[in-house]
Amino acid sequence: MVRFEDTARYTETHDWVKTDGDTAVFGISDFAQDQLSDIVFVELPEVGNTYEKREVYAVVESVKAASDCYAPVSGEVVEINSELESDPGIVNREPYSDGWFVRVRMSDPSELEDLRTAESYRELVRQLTEEE
Amino acid sequence: MTYVPHTDQDRQEMLAAVGVTRVEDLLQDVPESVRFPRLDLPRPLSEPEILAEMAALADSNWDLDHHPCFLGAGAYNHFIPSVVKHVVSRSEFYTAYTPYQPEVSQGTLQAIFEYQSLICDLTGMDAANASHYDGATALAEAVIMSHSTHRGRRAKVVVSRTVNPQYRETARTYVQGMGITMVGDQDPDLSLAQLGDLVDEETACLVVQVPDFLGAIPSQADLQALAAQAHAVKALFVVSANPISLGLLKPPAEYGADVVVGEGQPLGNQIGFGGPYVGFFATRTEYVRRMAGRLAGMTTDVEGKRGFVLTLATREQHIRRERATSNICTNQALNALAAAAYLSAMGPHGLRTVAAACYHKAHYAASAINDLAGYQVLSGDFFHEFVVRCPRSVREITTGLLERGIIPGYQVEAEYPELGDCLLFCVTELNSREQIDSLIAALRDIA
Repeated sequence: MVRFEDTARYTETHDWVKTDGDTAVFGISDFAQDQLSDIVFVELPEVGNTYEKREVYAVVESVKAASDCYAPVSGEVVEINSELESDPGIVNREPYSDGWFVRVRMSDPSELEDLRTAESYRELVRQLTEEE
Repeated sequence: MTYVPHTDQDRQEMLAAVGVTRVEDLLQDVPESVRFPRLDLPRPLSEPEILAEMAALADSNWDLDHHPCFLGAGAYNHFIPSVVKHVVSRSEFYTAYTPYQPEVSQGTLQAIFEYQSLICDLTGMDAANASHYDGATALAEAVIMSHSTHRGRRAKVVVSRTVNPQYRETARTYVQGMGITMVGDQDPDLSLAQLGDLVDEETACLVVQVPDFLGAIPSQADLQALAAQAHAVKALFVVSANPISLGLLKPPAEYGADVVVGEGQPLGNQIGFGGPYVGFFATRTEYVRRMAGRLAGMTTDVEGKRGFVLTLATREQHIRRERATSNICTNQALNALAAAAYLSAMGPHGLRTVAAACYHKAHYAASAINDLAGYQVLSGDFFHEFVVRCPRSVREITTGLLERGIIPGYQVEAEYPELGDCLLFCVTELNSREQIDSLIAALRDIA
């Protein structure tokens, strides 16, 4: 059963973003981690780097693929989840909570508006799984 | 399967399609006199006759068994223990392609793993890949990895003028179109210490060679200062090293190298006609996921038994596609195996002995040449190669040595115009005292 986080917004590329004041937290969706299977490494950016919306900010390696992660909104990285270095499997177990990737200071919070809601993203995943 | 040639009808249809009637019409642009010339060839020979003729031709080549060789400049004449040839001649190893399926390839994978481990021991690095084509391509991969480590955001590469000119040329070829600019190697007056001043926040890496192309060993203080200058701006410090010299010199890890590359030919591989060679590539753990090439790893199977597999393959092009650091997935497995067999046969003590013999013989030769009237050795600290300023043109010196049956040093003028009247001599453990003395006598004679 694919999990969804109601408080998050999603991209077409299966990244999620949750806001907390003027900062936002990024991660990948439960559907994404399930498709990737066992995650063996997450290459995170450095604190202080800035990314534009849709720019690659991280790379996830699983036993079967290496995938890029795209910034859902623009901003500067203020914190990274260093727990992922020693235990990248957290992303498989808790993609929406302990498996977060980075915290970002948003440069334009209005970019959140054209992201998918949980409901809309659920529909996207439903379509994708039906195609299979 | 039967070979079916074109029928007459096929030919007519094709000729009609291009608007001519005969095949000869297609050759009209070739002048009549050379269209079907009479070739004045000798009569056909039998197999024993042709073998004798080819052997006579081959005998007119000079080889290292019959002529003292003082030529190095990137390819080095070292003794190859018989066991090396024996190991690489086993048919399990010399198949046309390297099998990577672990269930049927444990021997090959273990051999690669042991090669990698030996390269790590030599360089002091944490991880070595399964090898590249040669020292030049390994250096180019180091530049590309440095660029990739900074996610393509740093376009500047600072490289010493004393890095092998062919390696620099190869690196420039590899990075063309990537927006990378290589600087630091154009100005003959720029010292190694000054090179560090070119390193800034836009620099992906700083590249030096130890011993450098002209044989010199940079001071530890200079090397450590360069490493510190690179690290201060998070640039990588790349060292191209001669593996034999590492029998005597400090592993580059000890003076701050982040990547160590080099030509593996001196380790049990024939000089040949410039190849096949083998480039080694080693780096620190933090850069392993950006490294190019195959990587063999040691693991345990479901029964807990030791086994070998390819690992971290998600770095590679067949999985990461256009996002991979490099599109090189292949390696020089048989040459890497020769290097591993060589290092195993020599052992740490043997390698040190070879390096020390090279060092002392080269210094004996350099000292005696420097004492000759008109000759001047320009190198300060050096390993087994040194630059000699000659009293006459290098062409005359070279011709004189060849006339006396001696393979002379390398003419550096094409790459280093400031050293126009200089030869780069190399002395290895295979040069006997008699050979060195004959070189000295010949040089005295020619001056």
